[in-house]
Amino acid sequence: MYFLKRLIFLIPLLLVISFLAFGLVRVAPGGPFDRERKPASPEIERNLRAKYHLNDPVWKQYLRFLGVGFERDAQGRMQGFTGGLIRGDFGPSLKYRNHGVTDIIAQALPVSMALGLLAFGFALGVGIPLGFFTAVKQGCWQDYAGSFLAILAVCVPGFVVGPALVMWFGLHWRWFPVALWDSPAHMVLPTVTLGLYFAGKIARLMREGMLTTLNEGFIVTARAKGLSETALLWRHAFRLAVLPVVSYAGPMLADLLTGSFIVENIFQIPGLGVFMVNSSLNRDYPMVVGLVLLYAILLLGLNLVVDLLYSLLDRRVRYE
Amino acid sequence: MNDLTPNQKAWRRFRRHRLAMASAWFLAAIVLLVLLWPWISAYRPEAISEAQFQPPDGKHWFGTDIHGRDLLARAFFGARVSLLVGVVGAGVSLVIGVVWGAVAGYLGGRWDSWMMRVVDILYSLPSIIFVIVLITTLEGVLKRWLLQVFSPEWSAVSRLLFLFVGLGAVSWLTMARIVRGQVLSLRTRSFVEASRALGASHAHILWRHILPNIAGVIIVYVTLTVPAVILSESFLSYLGLGIQPPQASLGSLIAEGAGQINSIRIYWWMIVFPAGLLVSTLLALNFLGDGLRAALDPRSDQRS
Repeated sequence: MYFLKRLIFLIPLLLVISFLAFGLVRVAPGGPFDRERKPASPEIERNLRAKYHLNDPVWKQYLRFLGVGFERDAQGRMQGFTGGLIRGDFGPSLKYRNHGVTDIIAQALPVSMALGLLAFGFALGVGIPLGFFTAVKQGCWQDYAGSFLAILAVCVPGFVVGPALVMWFGLHWRWFPVALWDSPAHMVLPTVTLGLYFAGKIARLMREGMLTTLNEGFIVTARAKGLSETALLWRHAFRLAVLPVVSYAGPMLADLLTGSFIVENIFQIPGLGVFMVNSSLNRDYPMVVGLVLLYAILLLGLNLVVDLLYSLLDRRVRYE
Repeated sequence: MNDLTPNQKAWRRFRRHRLAMASAWFLAAIVLLVLLWPWISAYRPEAISEAQFQPPDGKHWFGTDIHGRDLLARAFFGARVSLLVGVVGAGVSLVIGVVWGAVAGYLGGRWDSWMMRVVDILYSLPSIIFVIVLITTLEGVLKRWLLQVFSPEWSAVSRLLFLFVGLGAVSWLTMARIVRGQVLSLRTRSFVEASRALGASHAHILWRHILPNIAGVIIVYVTLTVPAVILSESFLSYLGLGIQPPQASLGSLIAEGAGQINSIRIYWWMIVFPAGLLVSTLLALNFLGDGLRAALDPRSDQRS
């Protein structure tokens, strides 16, 4: 019931977000046709603006984007808008003419999602064990070495990891291809580049979570009762200790699935991240709004999933 | 030990945290070097020479770049910009975040939920798009204004200004959430109620009673915001939206180095040195933040 209510509440929230994105990109100076190949003559630009209805008042453009409302057609009859968000159409791209925003997203999203899921798996697969074992070995050299690696991973930005991996693993030793997105071998370097930061972040969260949990009363009691250390760590502590990771994993996955400009740029991968940057640079209004909405839907949806998982993992959590 | 104030105890705990102390000294050294570099260096960062793509040697410790500029000088000038942006940007985010979070938490009720909804909504915008749109908007608004007030030579400075404000304006959200949560739990405590009963104004209560109590949390979070802002700046510079050439930041230097990668020759020093400087600075800031958190957490005395 609680989750149903939240699911319904998402709709007005998404509307507000879309409206905000719509307003924000229009406030920014410059227009979508500033960077045409030839400096667009005023007449061409006027025609383009008319074609994409950019001269209408903003509220009308927004309604058109939503697909709600009417307008007078050439014969003066009232006609409902065709297309629009309520029909699952994000509208036309102003930069890649003849392509709808929906088409572009449909083409690029699968690539970004594949890369994002791989990086997600890498981050969890490396981060959780690393955080777990550094916490168990607290104070030993393994802890120091592991924690240092985790914080190092957080501090090295992707645009350093990427070129470094390309230089050594790609060009120097020639173990992996340096670009494109074909075979599994192509996916190794981008996955590591994208996932490394998150792996470090997760290791730190996991370690913190474990340390907090191990100090809790019920763990002390369980240990006093003579429960084996393995059962204690895995069956009792892990469940609770992983909670901070779970709540971080939601926004993280939303970030990963919508692509990364850096990684896609370095490895020439046809994903969404490039569109994220270029659309906002080019003032491709419908594209920006579409991408913002996509991200927001993923983020809010995943946060909902996180809360569901929370109540499953920690029975003390109750949503009224 | 019991006659020490909590602050003195925290300071003592911090000094015993060796890694954090080492990081503090390291950062101090970096700041000093970066500030004094113009007087130490044999090379100007923008001085072009014939020696292109020199690997590191006795003359050019970090090697040279495509225009034969000394990379060591460029890296230190870049670090200066990066640090400046990080510190001022974090300062801007501190002010916005603390005010927003403290007011929301203090007012509570409907105001609180509205102000926090705003934070939620801003959270769900992709940060790249948010930053780009914000910076270009600021540029449009501020540039006209700045050009009237200052001469055109100030354009490099105005660029920095956009970065300060823009990066600060996108990185205050977490701070607002943290502060709001803390204020929410503090405002019902008896010492606050007592002060209110004595007729203290809201501003007085917030400033004198609530903020000092959450100063620790704020300090820790600001220390961790500085590296985050430095990273965002280097990302923007990598995109070409941050610092404009011939000015440089660590991010734009790394971007230059990355642009020179090809399969024939590897100019490794163009990435390794700026990246090393960036990463070691970020590491030191993170260690410092961890040390401060451990020191300012009153429970950490019992734990160890």
